[in-house]
Amino acid sequence: MIVVVGAGPAGIAAALRAQECGARVTVVDDNPAPGGQIWRGDSNVWLTRFRASGIPFIASARVITGDAQAQTLLVETPEGARKLTWDKLIIAAGSRELFLPFPGWTLPGVFGAGGLQALAKSGLSVADKTVVIGGTGPLLLAVAAYLRQHGAHVKLIAEQASPAGLAGFAKELLRNPNKLLQGVALARHIAGSPYVTNCWIESATGQGRLEAVTLRQGRRTWTERCDFAAIGYGLVPDNELATFLMNSPNVVIAGTGELNLAILEGEIAGFTVAGYPERALGLYGKREKAHRFATALQHTFALRHELKSLPRPDTIVCRCEDVTFGLLCEFPNSRAAKLHTRCGMGPCQGRICGPAAEFLFGWNPGSLRPPLFPAKIGSLMPATTE
Amino acid sequence: MAECIVIRVNGHAISVRDGITVAVALLQADELHFRTSVTGEPRAPLCGMGICFECRVTINGHTHARSCQILVREGMQVVT
Amino acid sequence: MDAQDHQYNIALPGTTIDALIVGAGIVGAACARELSLAGLKVTVCDESDVIGGGATAAGMGHLAVMDDSEAQFALTSYSQTLWHELSPQLPAEAEYLPCGSLWVAADAEEMEEVNRKFRFYSARAIRVELLDEQQIAEAEPNLRPGLSGGLLMCAASVCYPPCAAAFLMKRITFLPGRRVIAVSSDGVDFADGTRLAAGLTILATGTEITRLVPNAPVYPRKGHLLITDRYPGFLNHQLIELGYLKSAHSTESDSVAFNVQPRQTGQILIGSSRQYGTEDPATESHMLSRMLARAVEYMPGLTELSAIRTWTGFRAATPDKLPLIGPCESLNNVYLATGHEGLGIATSLATARLLADHILGRASAISLEPYLPGRRFAAHG
Repeated sequence: MIVVVGAGPAGIAAALRAQECGARVTVVDDNPAPGGQIWRGDSNVWLTRFRASGIPFIASARVITGDAQAQTLLVETPEGARKLTWDKLIIAAGSRELFLPFPGWTLPGVFGAGGLQALAKSGLSVADKTVVIGGTGPLLLAVAAYLRQHGAHVKLIAEQASPAGLAGFAKELLRNPNKLLQGVALARHIAGSPYVTNCWIESATGQGRLEAVTLRQGRRTWTERCDFAAIGYGLVPDNELATFLMNSPNVVIAGTGELNLAILEGEIAGFTVAGYPERALGLYGKREKAHRFATALQHTFALRHELKSLPRPDTIVCRCEDVTFGLLCEFPNSRAAKLHTRCGMGPCQGRICGPAAEFLFGWNPGSLRPPLFPAKIGSLMPATTE
Repeated sequence: MAECIVIRVNGHAISVRDGITVAVALLQADELHFRTSVTGEPRAPLCGMGICFECRVTINGHTHARSCQILVREGMQVVT
Repeated sequence: MDAQDHQYNIALPGTTIDALIVGAGIVGAACARELSLAGLKVTVCDESDVIGGGATAAGMGHLAVMDDSEAQFALTSYSQTLWHELSPQLPAEAEYLPCGSLWVAADAEEMEEVNRKFRFYSARAIRVELLDEQQIAEAEPNLRPGLSGGLLMCAASVCYPPCAAAFLMKRITFLPGRRVIAVSSDGVDFADGTRLAAGLTILATGTEITRLVPNAPVYPRKGHLLITDRYPGFLNHQLIELGYLKSAHSTESDSVAFNVQPRQTGQILIGSSRQYGTEDPATESHMLSRMLARAVEYMPGLTELSAIRTWTGFRAATPDKLPLIGPCESLNNVYLATGHEGLGIATSLATARLLADHILGRASAISLEPYLPGRRFAAHG
């Protein structure tokens, strides 16, 4: 039995390819429907094939822990905990957004860029809402296009990267005609919303909810009134399970980040794990190209140092426990900070503040112990193995 | 068009589209105070993907429910 | 600076250290504070750069009085008094909560033990209350119905140990990230090749003591803990099953017991497990499951609560369940303060006070004798 964790592009591609090879496959995902974040609520050829494939799909299932020796996975579903056994495990857990703290980022109305898009895809009407988008990377453009298509007034897209870097990226686009076409389509959708480079949201203000953001470009600062702000400083892989099960020969990790790369890595993982690595041979070249593109992306949208000085001493870094930047500055590493300030001790288990602290202070994330995601105590008690 | 159902938010009945998440229902009703942080700040969803725990509300008496991962149900009692 | 200079006084050029304390856990921190208050120049070193990052961070922080032996009672009750005196000074982050502890009796046999404890403590002026079936249900509505009763230890409290340790360490010189590899009568050698001279050295290293004093009768005893999200009002007291006595005192096999604690945050800390013969710090699913199953037997409602984190730690256990406090037999000017098993947080203050009294030649409130490292131990096991 092959178990695939994650029903985003990589997971779906892996499951379908493995099934093609005759393997028995089960897919688990923490969302109610397959598609992951990027294909949330969409339809496309992969999703259609997946739905028609008959591959068992365990929805709304959070992986609580895994055991590399026993080759099991403990998942929590709304119906209770289940223990799955696997011969091979493909982890295609995807990514979450990187958030960098700035004054006011905890105000209601400040969303992740991908987060606001996910909410909109789940039915939130953004029609006539005024939105400022800030952060870095092509996701900002995709989100801007999506929100505009659904009636939002996108006032501005603040991209922290420099125009010089973006020019290099444009060259990379020319080598990837598909990407260029996507880019052109995006450009059409965001026409009318200024795309400002070298620019970032410096603070957000409002009484109990977001009312305005202050932007900076060089020495110029100005304020834009808005209903929502959508922030994203790139992606952080959801690698908790992968890290926890590291060093197991029967665990394969596939695809985080850029879409095409994720699909290719998923396909390769599916073929390989099912015992037909030769079928993946034709994909390696494409993967190499996709990988180069993803690396170029990372390079272009590398975070600038000025972003490290956005938080003020009273700016909250850990949103679960309300731990401020000023307090964290007193500690030498994440463990000391955690034990003495509660930073990262809340229910998000440091998923939001951990990567932020890594950027701000260079702190390594702490050790991983089960539960890898908060779980009901009942789910951590003996479960029968499937 | 999806059918509408009724849920109660802090005791007030509101009509929402079936099939949406509780977080979307609250935002749609212009409710942006989902939870109160440990130092008393109002908070609303950030990540929209079940990771950040900012969208926590009490649903049918269960505290700490992540509203962005839970679909609305007829008669659901939501307390922010 | 030549090589000779570099060998000495690495942290404090031109000054001498009266007392060097190895180990920045709560016992070391308490010793540092006690000697510093007495006017000694104190330095604390630790191989980690975190104060209270070892067993201190892993412990529950239950400031309880226990009655396994007269000596254990003397130390725990004295320490509880000291904690009570200190509590007004403790910072908010030390989360001192005078919640009281409740021994839970499941049946008539355990109720007998409750009665014995009641007599024991009443005779020694410790404030206790007997609870019958109905009273325990009212005191803790989330306990399962049908329990026989319990004993309320009114003066017990809980704290958050790492921040309590940090408070005790205030204004004390701290040398982080320094691993001691050898101890002598005039100081210590660090793994980086440097030496530090000190008038006296206190080893407050928990289970690590056997690395420095190989014949010290201390064994690691692993424990698991789990903490939940915030559920204010779910739990009112620290609760411990009376079966804990059987399991906590067995030195043979792995055991679990129902032992839950309300945190000031509204979180619930769930224990406990005890294992010998392992030094693997990983959370073990089978022990965690057993421990939680035991907790749920007593509090069925726990199953629905959200668990945020689990961790493990190693208690420094001794053959007679009493700590090692006092001069090291084999080395002059070296003292031990370790072997506190599961009571290190609770008895840290009394440990430090007794040791300081001994070192400074002051009179002590209780006798140090039962805890002297040179005492005779019955054969282990």
